[in-house]
Amino acid sequence: MSSGHVKRIAYQTIVTKEVLRFARIWVQTILPPAITTTLYFIIFGKLIGERIGMMEGYRYIEFIVPGLILMSVIQNSYANVVSSFFSTKLQHYIEELLIAPVPNWIVLAGYVTGGMARGLIVGTVVTGISLFFTDLTINSYSLTLLVFVLTSILFSLAGFINAVYAKSFDDIAIVPTFVLTPLTYLGGVFYSIQLLPEFWQQVSLANPVLYMINTFRYGLLGVSDIDVRIALVIIVAFIVVLTWYSLRLLSRGVGIKE
Amino acid sequence: MSALVIENLHKTYRNGFEALKGISLNVAEGDFFALLGPNGAGKSTAISIIASLTNKTAGQVSIYGKDLDRQKNEAKSMIGLVPQEFNFNMWEPVVEILVNQAGYYGIPRNAAFQRAEESLRQLDLWDKRHTQARWLSGGMKRRLMIARALVHRPKLLILDEPTAGVDIEIRRAMWQFMKQINSQGTTIILTTHYLEEAESLCRNIAIIDHGRIVEQTSMSHLLSQLNTEHFVLDISKPLTMAPELPGYNLQLVGDKTVEVTVQREQSMNSLFESLTQQGIAVMSMRNKQNRLEQLFIDLVAQSKSEEQSS
Repeated sequence: MSSGHVKRIAYQTIVTKEVLRFARIWVQTILPPAITTTLYFIIFGKLIGERIGMMEGYRYIEFIVPGLILMSVIQNSYANVVSSFFSTKLQHYIEELLIAPVPNWIVLAGYVTGGMARGLIVGTVVTGISLFFTDLTINSYSLTLLVFVLTSILFSLAGFINAVYAKSFDDIAIVPTFVLTPLTYLGGVFYSIQLLPEFWQQVSLANPVLYMINTFRYGLLGVSDIDVRIALVIIVAFIVVLTWYSLRLLSRGVGIKE
Repeated sequence: MSALVIENLHKTYRNGFEALKGISLNVAEGDFFALLGPNGAGKSTAISIIASLTNKTAGQVSIYGKDLDRQKNEAKSMIGLVPQEFNFNMWEPVVEILVNQAGYYGIPRNAAFQRAEESLRQLDLWDKRHTQARWLSGGMKRRLMIARALVHRPKLLILDEPTAGVDIEIRRAMWQFMKQINSQGTTIILTTHYLEEAESLCRNIAIIDHGRIVEQTSMSHLLSQLNTEHFVLDISKPLTMAPELPGYNLQLVGDKTVEVTVQREQSMNSLFESLTQQGIAVMSMRNKQNRLEQLFIDLVAQSKSEEQSS
């Protein structure tokens, strides 16, 4: 068996295992975000949104749909990898991978692909639900798909790093609660940063989630608070840095080897 | 060819504890090798380094001539490990645990299912293939770890206390299985606290203590070093005091049970003759403790006193 063949099969195995894991417990992994975003569409989109009026030339529900889709991608990509890899460590079956001839980059690619799969499936489900509430216009299919995929990669990597450092279940809840959720909510899901005073607009620019949500919104609606090209560079830069850091953690065995 | 060569292996943990102080080992291809030592001696650390679960501080490890640093993946593909602690996903069905493990070694899913069936049938777990691992009994979990370690057909199988906590019937069945796979060409390294297990299965042995190898030899040579043996004799008639036999040390431990210490140069025939002359018939006889156990205790005690004096 060639080395390339072994790596390909090992990668497929990790991805299959990861997809089967979240598919088996779909009531805990796919259904809750679908219900939550349906509630967002009803409450913020329909009930409150109709009183808010237009936002950047679009009805409020049309304006929040891109942010809500991407929020579900962010949360689910992250949650999948952090919980799966932490369980792997906690129950010690990370040893199955450590002892096998699987390079670190294959391990990382396998887990990130698993996170992407869940993020993209949930994102697609949420997109489908949004069609019950509003018509979806797509300004650029390629940009929409690109941001959809890049965001899921980025937050899968972030989830992986969190799982490497986590020593208890509390540690895997802290980052989503105190970092991810505030950044997402303040990243322009529900509003344009043009509504904020000048100072808070500048502060908002330090939030990486803002760039993703705005680029995705641009892909769908054609409106954005920021320059989409800069946003793409920032997203790719984050992915490069987090990939490098994740591989460094794996090669040093942080959290998984003595 | 050597199945495993370890040279001057050192491991110092971050807290400063020196678990291995330069051990060297050579395990021949096809061998059934015992690696024994008291708790905390360094056995599991050595095994973890061989299996790439722990980073070494210094030294070299090669598996069938493949260096674990320079030809990592080739070396890793030849090892199967049955660790001390259960380390599988408790929520996964048994068959998937094996199929995934095979996949990590590059075995495609269809072939992996066939391999999994073969391994599970060998270890009498085929009926449990769809059961989540957490519902298996302790003995079944141990067998699952053996099946998983064999699914990619490793040339070197490392068993770290594989029979801990299993009943005698399953343990003997596992011994039989280990003998069988060894006779088919798999080199086996076994660590165990059941010294009877090591004595009956292994041809060569190393004893490790305080991070050093204190003995490495063949099992037969080691056992021949035993100078004295202690036997328990069940006799036909009750006694009130131990019989006095010149040259033998006898102690009465029950009214019909006597313990005797026999030196290597003394024959059992003369012992029985002397007892017969005193009208004492021996109904049954057994070793007071396993022979290897006796040697093991002596060697570890010696190592401990050397460690304290240094």
